[in-house]
This record gives sequence, C-alpha cells and structure tokens, in this order.
Amino acid sequence: MQQQQEQDYTKRLDAGLWKRLIGYMKPYHKYLFAIMATMAVSALCDTLFPLLTREAIDTFITNGAAGGRAWFIARYAGTLLLQTACIFAFCRLCGKAECGINRHIRKLCFKRLEELSFSYYDQTPVGFIISRMTSDTARLGETVAWGLVDLFWSAAYIVITAVAMFLLDVRMALLVLSVVPIIAVAAVWFQKRILAGYRVVRKTNSQITGAFNEGIMGAKTSKTLVREEANCKEFSVLTGTMRSASIRAAVLSALFLPIVTSLGSIATALVLHRGGTGVLSATGMVTIGTLAAFVQYATGIFEPISSIARIFADLQASQAAAERVVSMLETEPEIFDSEEVIEKFGDSFNPKRENWPGIKGDIEFDHVSFHYSTGEEVLDDFSLKVKAGQTVALVGETGSGKSTIVNLVCRFYEPTKGTIRIDGVDYRERSILWLQAHLGYVLQQPHLFSGTIRENIRFGRLDATDAQIEAAARMVDAEGFILNLEKGYDTQVGEGGNRLSTGQKQLISFARALIADPAIFVLDEATSSVDTQTEQKLQSAIVTALEGRTSFIIAHRLSTIRSADMILVIQNGRIVERGTHSELLAQRGYYYRLYANQFREEGERAAWEAEAAGAAV
Amino acid sequence: MKQPEKNTSETLFLLRRFREFMVGSGARYLGSILSVVVTVLTSFLTPLLIAGAVDAVTDTLNGAGGKPVNLPAFLAGWFDARGGSEYLARHIWIVAALLIAVSLLGGLFQYLRGKWSAEASESIAERMRQRLYSHLLDLNYDYHVKAETGDLIQRCTTDVETVRRFLASQVIEIFRTVIMVVLALSLMSSIHMPLTLISLILIPPLFGLAFWFFHWVQKLFLEADEADGKLSAMLQESLTGVRVVRAFGRQRYESDRFTVCADAVHDKSVRISRVMAVYWSGSDMLSMAQTGLTLLFGIYFATRGEITTGNVLTFVSYISMLIWPIRQLGRILQDLGKSIVAMRRIYEILDTPAEADTPGAGPAPLYADIEFRNVGFGYDSRHLILQDVSFTVKAGQTVAILGATGSGKSTMMNLLQRLYDVKSGEILIGGRDIRTIEKKYLRSRVGYVLQEPFLYSRSIRDNLAITREDATPEELDHVAQVTHSDGFIRQFKEGYDTLVGERGVTLSGGQKQRIAIARTHRAIREALVEGRSKGGRVPPTFIISHRLTTLADADLILVLEDGRIAQQGTHEQLIRVDGLYQRVYRIQAALEDELNREVG
Repeated sequence: MQQQQEQDYTKRLDAGLWKRLIGYMKPYHKYLFAIMATMAVSALCDTLFPLLTREAIDTFITNGAAGGRAWFIARYAGTLLLQTACIFAFCRLCGKAECGINRHIRKLCFKRLEELSFSYYDQTPVGFIISRMTSDTARLGETVAWGLVDLFWSAAYIVITAVAMFLLDVRMALLVLSVVPIIAVAAVWFQKRILAGYRVVRKTNSQITGAFNEGIMGAKTSKTLVREEANCKEFSVLTGTMRSASIRAAVLSALFLPIVTSLGSIATALVLHRGGTGVLSATGMVTIGTLAAFVQYATGIFEPISSIARIFADLQASQAAAERVVSMLETEPEIFDSEEVIEKFGDSFNPKRENWPGIKGDIEFDHVSFHYSTGEEVLDDFSLKVKAGQTVALVGETGSGKSTIVNLVCRFYEPTKGTIRIDGVDYRERSILWLQAHLGYVLQQPHLFSGTIRENIRFGRLDATDAQIEAAARMVDAEGFILNLEKGYDTQVGEGGNRLSTGQKQLISFARALIADPAIFVLDEATSSVDTQTEQKLQSAIVTALEGRTSFIIAHRLSTIRSADMILVIQNGRIVERGTHSELLAQRGYYYRLYANQFREEGERAAWEAEAAGAAV
Repeated sequence: MKQPEKNTSETLFLLRRFREFMVGSGARYLGSILSVVVTVLTSFLTPLLIAGAVDAVTDTLNGAGGKPVNLPAFLAGWFDARGGSEYLARHIWIVAALLIAVSLLGGLFQYLRGKWSAEASESIAERMRQRLYSHLLDLNYDYHVKAETGDLIQRCTTDVETVRRFLASQVIEIFRTVIMVVLALSLMSSIHMPLTLISLILIPPLFGLAFWFFHWVQKLFLEADEADGKLSAMLQESLTGVRVVRAFGRQRYESDRFTVCADAVHDKSVRISRVMAVYWSGSDMLSMAQTGLTLLFGIYFATRGEITTGNVLTFVSYISMLIWPIRQLGRILQDLGKSIVAMRRIYEILDTPAEADTPGAGPAPLYADIEFRNVGFGYDSRHLILQDVSFTVKAGQTVAILGATGSGKSTMMNLLQRLYDVKSGEILIGGRDIRTIEKKYLRSRVGYVLQEPFLYSRSIRDNLAITREDATPEELDHVAQVTHSDGFIRQFKEGYDTLVGERGVTLSGGQKQRIAIARTHRAIREALVEGRSKGGRVPPTFIISHRLTTLADADLILVLEDGRIAQQGTHEQLIRVDGLYQRVYRIQAALEDELNREVG
C-alpha cells in the first residue's frame, strides 16, 4: 500500500538523483549544452546594453562628440540582433529539449510498463501510473530545460556583470556586490517558504477536488441517507483550510518582491551616492555615463539572484516527481525471460517467431507453491496434470484463489516453488510471448479498446480478414446484436467499450480470443453477464470452441462446469475437492452445497425471465 | 451583428450577478486597487530622483551648480531654497535616502495589494466553492442520475480557479497597466513631446502583436491539449487492459500505439514552442528597438540642449517599465473570454433549480400503514414504468416485491423515499399523502439500500457511523454482526480502520452492499426504538428480490410485471391461484426434484 501514497517531498536536494535522471536524457545532452552556450551569449548582450548607454552619454552628451554616431548605432543594432537571435535560439532549443525529453522519458517508462509483471499493477493504481507518465514527466522536461535556461542566464549574467563593473570602477562594483549575499539569503529563505506554502495549497486543492468528486458521485446515496448538511459542514472545513493556506502563501510572495526590491534600492542608493560623489571628486574617475550604467546594473542584479533561488527551490519541489519517475524506470520486472531464452526466441518487442516451437497443450503443475509478495500463501504443493484438449473447471467463492491458478498458467505470475511444464518442458525455458501468443483469455470484466467492434476482434489476430472476424462473431452468437447496431461491425465501442453492455462486451472479448485460434483457452467468468437466453446459445458455442484446446474455466454457471473433464473446488486458497461433476456430487461436500444453491438461484432467475416473457406475449 | 451585442450584455449581466460572491470582500478589493495606484506612483518617482541627482551632478561639474534642481516640484523647492543643484550634488545622500524611502513605501503598498487581493479573491473563491457544493447536493435525485461527474468537477474546480485568478490578478493587472500608461504619458509629455511620441511609437504594434498572437496561438494550445488528452486516454485504456494486452502478447502493438500518441503530443508542443520562439524573439526585438530609439533620440535632444541627461535616463526607465505590462495586457485580454465562459458554466449549475419540498410539508408519524393508491410513474409521459399500483401494508408487516429485472421494483422504493414524486395516484402513510411529509424527514426514517451503494472514501468505521456519528464501538460491532459484515471486516489488517475506496481496499459488490445495509440498519434501528416508545408500533419492511424461497414468510407478496401488480397476497394464497407466482413456484419445485435426481 505504501507504494500508492504520493510521497511527500524530500527535504534535501538529492544531486545523485538528478544526475541519474539526466543520464536517462542522453540523446538530449547536446541540446542542453547548446542552451548553456546560448544563455552565456545572451547574458553577455544584457551586460552590454548598459555599457552602450554609458558610452552614448559620455561620448555624445558629456563630450559633445559629433562623429561616430553611425558606428555606435551599428554596434547597438548588432547587439540587439545578436540578443534577438539568442532569444530565438534558446526558445527553440528549449522547446525541443523539453518536448523531446518528455517524449523520450515517456517512451522509456512505457517500455518498462510493458515489461513489468502484474504484481506491479496489483499494487499500483492506474491513476498513479498515468500521473507519472503525464504530469510528472512533463514537469521534469520543463524543470530541466527551462531551469537550465534560467540558471545559466542568471549565473552568466552575475559573473559577466561583476566583471564589467570591476573593469569600470572597483569600489562601486564592491558596493553593488555587497548587497548580493543579503539578497541571496533573503531570496532562498523566501523561495523555500513560498514553495512550501503553495505545496500546502496544491494538496488542499486536490482534497477539494476529491471532495467534489465524492460529493457528486455519492450524491444519490447522500440523499437517501440525508447526509447533505453533514457533508456541507465537512466541506466548509476544507474550503476554510484552502482559503487560509492560499492567503498564507500569497502573503509570503507579496512580501518577497518588495523586500528584494527594497534591498536592491539600497544598492542603487549606495551607487548613486558613491558615483555622484565620485563624479565631483578631484580625480574625476567616475563619469556620468558610468554612474548611469551602475544604476542599471544595481537595479538589475536582484533578478538573477532571486531566479537562482527559485530554480533551486523548484528543483527541490520537482524532486518528488523525479523520484517517482526514476523509481518506475528502475523497477525490475519479477517475471522475465532469461538471456538464453531471449537469445533464442526474442523478447516481447522483437520476437524471433521462426525459432518458436509448436504447442500441443499438455500442462503439468509439479509440486507448485505460490504466495504473493505480501507473503499471503495461495497455493501449497499443488500438482495437476492436464492433457491437451482437456477442460478444467475451477469453482469457489470470490477471492478463494481461483484466478491464481489461471494466472500461473498464463505466466502472469510464476510459481514460487515447483515447476509448471507445457508439453513436458518447464515454461520458463520458453519466452513469455511464445506462451501468450498461444493463449486465449477471456476475462469477467471484459476490456475493450476504443475503436470499432471489428478492430477489437482483430486485436486477437492482427492479420485476420473481415470474413474471419465475422465468422468468429457468429460463433459466439454476437452477430445478432452487432448487426442491429447502427454501423454494424464498424460501430465505435467507446472508451473501454462503455457504449456496449457488459454482456455484449463479454461476447466481443470471447470472439477476440477465439479468432487467435489459441492452444490454451482461459475463461474467467467469461459469460457471467450475458442473459440466460444468450448464455444457452453461447454454451454450445463454448463447447465447440473449446474442442481440441486445453482450457481452464472459472465459472459459476453450472452448465459450463458440468461438462468439464475435471473440477477443482477451491476454498480459502486450498483445493478442497477435485474430480468430475458426478464424483463430486456423490461426495455431498462443499461442491454439492455450492452446486445446489447455484442451481436453485439460476433456475428461479430463468423461470422469472421465461414466465415474464411468456406472459407478455 | 446582433451576436456580440448580446454577448456584451450577457457578460455585464454575469458580472453584475457575480457581486453576490463579493459581499464582505469589497473593501479589501478596493483597498488593493488603491494600493496599486500608490505602487505605480512610487515606481515612477524613482527614475525622477535618479535623473535629478544625475542632472545636479552634471550641472555642478559643468559649473552651473546654481541651476534649480530637476526634481518634481514638491521636492525641488526644498533644494532650490538651499542652493539648487550644487547643494543636491554635495548632499547626494539625501536623494539616496529618499530613493530607499520611496522604494520602501512602494514595497509596503505592493505588499498590501498582494495581501488584500489574496484575502478578497480567496474568500470569494471559498464562497463559490461552498455555494456550488451545497447546491449540487440540493439538486434533485434525477439530476445526479444523469449527471456527468467529470464535467461537474471541472466546473467546480478549474472554472472556479479561472474566475479567482481573473479577480486576484487579471482585473488588477489591467487596471495597473492603464494607470501606468496614463501616468507615463502625462509625465513624459510634460518633459518633451517629440521624444514622448518617439518613445511610444512601437508600443501599439507590441500590444497588437501580443493581442493577435495569443488569440491565434490558443488554437494550437487547444490542439496540444487534445493530443495530451488522447495520450492520457490511451494510457488509461492500455494500462487498465494490461491483462488483455499481455494475454495476446500485444506489447509491441501497444508500444507502437503509444509512440503515435507520444509523437503527436511532441509534435504539437514543438510547434507551439516554434511559434513562441518567433513571438518572443520578435517582440523582444521590438522592445529593445524601442528602448534603443528612445535612447538615441534622447541623446540627440540632449546634445541640442532640449532635455537633460537625467531626462534621457527617465525616458529609458519609463519605457522599460511600460513594455512588459503592455505585452502582458494582450495576453490577459485574450484570457478574459475564458473567465466569462467559466462564470457562465458555474452559473449553469447554480441556476438549476434545487430540489423543492411541497409547501407546508412537515414531519409526520411514520410507524403506520402504507398505502399505494393507483400509483403511476414514468420519466416521460410516453414511457410508463409503474402503472396503477395499489396495495396496503399494515405497520409492522413485511412486504416482498418480486419480479423480473426492469419490472419496476426499485422505482417503487424510489417513490417511497420521495427521490421521485408519483406522476399519478398517491402514496399514503397513516392516511397522509407523503407529498405533505418533509422529504428529509421521510428519507432519514425510511431506510433504503441502493442497488449500487456508494461508500465514502474513509474508514469502514466512519462509513458505518455515517448515519449516526455518536455511535459507540459496541453498537457498530453489533450492526456489523447482524449484517454479517464483521467477518470480512476483521480479515483486513486494520479491521474497522481500513480505508475503503481509491486510497484503500477495493470491496466486492457484496461487501459494499453489506456495509450499506449496516449503515442503513442503524437508521432503521433508531426508528424502531423511537417507534416502540411511541406506542409499540413498528414500520413496514420492504424486501425486493427475485427468489421465492427467501420471501415465503412475508405478510404480503407483490408480484410485479411490466410496472403493474400482477398478483398480491401471501405465499399460501398465491400458490393456489393460477398465475405467474404459481408457475414460478412450480418450476422451483421441479428444480428441487431435478437436483435430487441428479445427485441420486
């Protein structure tokens, strides 16, 4: 459960983490270097403008020189164009780096996600993964690219300006730089607190979003329980927190800028005093132009300092995002092919199908034990031999562990002890993709992808022709409802297939599995939501479909179970009974009770539907 | 051409209505606007002080120390009385000190502006959130049956934030820019008219460019947002369906699909960054050119003696102070449209009429007989869900409602809780039409477990206690036992403190239902206790099912068929009459035989 909690922010800046992250951005290092170079030039230009002003005042006004204007204008225009070019260049480079880093990291993450085992998905809600893949990566691209721009410009500007000032007048330069440490300390102090303040605001804000979500989703329930007032009272506590937290953060930032500006004005005042006195002093070392240039430097220096402070505060705030992304990239899959296997059969992205052996479908559990990473034991020393073409039915209450056996067959999990053999060979000696390419899997919660019905069925076999797709649909008796839809096979199913009923989705996902022509078939409560009539028709389809395939069926519909070659009855993760239907009934045990109960329930439901339909006619 | 006119009046109407949220924050808001004025004034004073100092030093250096100082009149008199420029140049620390003082004053008001506008806008946002939340809960049941959660949440969060930002910064920013332009214009033109015109020559194009650009680029942002949305949707779908992907070995296929989406996001964002690069560099060039023009022409006028060196510096400062807000103004004006749309979307919720009670409705004793008299109901007139339903239940009796899916069973219960009101006929409790009984009173005493109950994302304990927050642990334990939920609750590591929902464990449908029954049970039990003390009467109980066996003991069985009561009576009565109940009963008996035969 810990993995789910959005981590709070690490206090210290972790340089190692950022280094690791920047290591992942290798293809974009060249952009980052180009950005640094551009920013140095840009900072140089920014330092040049006050120098040009100084020169103009001293040459043209103080000394009244008449010539050299064209040369001056040319240099001014040159600096201006160079700066324009720099701005254009860093905007482009930064955009490319930011977007490119985003995409690059997203692809790395997605590749890793496709390799990770189901145990990862069991522990990590999809919402969290998505926020890592979208907002977190976006934030990293932005922080790295734009942070670098600001950091390099600020650092270069401070250094170059310092050099220029020292060249102009050492004592005035020292005066300006004397306020730098104070501004820096103030900036760091404030930026940290401001960011922390807005963090509280963001947190409260997401709580408010959550409260709205709950309020709206639960509105119907709240009405029946008359919870409206109590809910509003709780909500107003939250909005109160939000208001005071926001005001606190806003007041801090409202305080920050005036304080830094005032500190800056001290530098300006010092420069003005020292410069003014210097101009009038006997030595006459300071010119009016120099004074004007220093005033500009003094007013300009606090900006890069506070922007450096902001970047470090920003890095610290983005660190949580960096940690989340890096930890995802560095999560190792628990189920993976050995190097020899990959060498021979290829990996999941580039399979070497030419080397794949055929499959018959004998499956053997040889003293298999399994427990989840949480330690919860599900299977203990379980042995089972299934001959190719046989049907095994798994029966038991929800959560009893039926799915675990099926997941082991599919190699979504691997045994913690013992071996599973397919056609007599430990399945770890074959590639994961090899097994899964020969697998047909229909889930209780059927998942379709947005797109047309045709595309969804084709997902089972990418090169299937339209005729094959339609044949598969007919086989599971889905063609009737499909042709009744406005666009037939080309009807969009909506996100997650939500425009179809659960029963319809189950039929489509059944067709999708069938078209793959798998050697091993797994049905996980595959037909639980189709109505009785369709179910009966589907039953014969299932029998035909399973012929010649090894199949595992998790079902509560009796008709499916009855004809199985072997029934395993599972209770609390243990196989308590095994045998054929008639054998188990004769035992009068758990299976018998389960069966009788189910038998009555189903019979009555069917009776109501049939009778009501009959009466309506 | 009529459209914009209507839009303007609608906008004004919205803004006028919006004042309701500003009640109590008006003074702060006004204060923050006034603070802006002071801040702008002080920021314009600083360059004047520097210019005065520079000119005084220059004049003193050139031997013209007796000249009057070049400072605003309210300061100049003091220096001129003491010897003019020379005095200032020799006592330049006075100007330096003034500079700091002005900056502190400006800083103080800048702070007040930020503080007051935050206090005002956050209070306004708080009021909006609370109004929205309580209004949403007050809307009728039917609204929530049809509601699109995502859209509503967006309105309550993003739209509120848009309006808040509009008030907290945009309105004030527009105001500030206008003041700055007016002030700069009058100050500059009082110094030198031709230079003023030259200094402002590129300002309109800069503003126009910003205004046009941010209008145009919105389309690109929209496209990028769409691509982002597609990426999220693709991820959502692919990750939710990860089992399907793996089962078919489609990792490659999925990562190709992902690449297409990620590339689209990349390309759209790069395109934005490309036009942004053109805009920023172009408008920066214009800004720098404007500063350069001012500087060059300022120097030209200074060498001709028309203005002083200090004046040149003042012009350059003013121009650089103006350019940024003007460029921002273009962007802000483009954003205003969004704020208006956000306001409109918020008012769409607030203008939906809340659930109203019948006038004069009040509490009534509920431990009494319930009668449905010719009740009819349908969401629209063509499609009736219940027709002519009539029956009477005595207090303390148990009623079983049987029927196939969709026969109208739950609708009857919705009517009994007044989640919907009957379309025809009436429902009477103790002879009193329930439309004269206060809805909340009725609902809090008619326990009702929805088919798909919603659990709040808090601990199981809090969920159970939701109908009575002062429940003791023993009471909760008891309810959990009665509803057979204590078993699975104890299996969780944290027991009653286990969080349910998104951040906690996922409960199965059955488990959810049991908790829902338990929390409703609390309400029922309370009613029972209350009822007994008022003369030992107990309210009727309704049970909905399609199974006969569980309901045979009911005092009254209603058999629903297509929204009508096909049969009613006790089990003993119904099995004797020819009809649906009897047929199903016979089938059930036959099933029992079949089962016994099969076992042998």
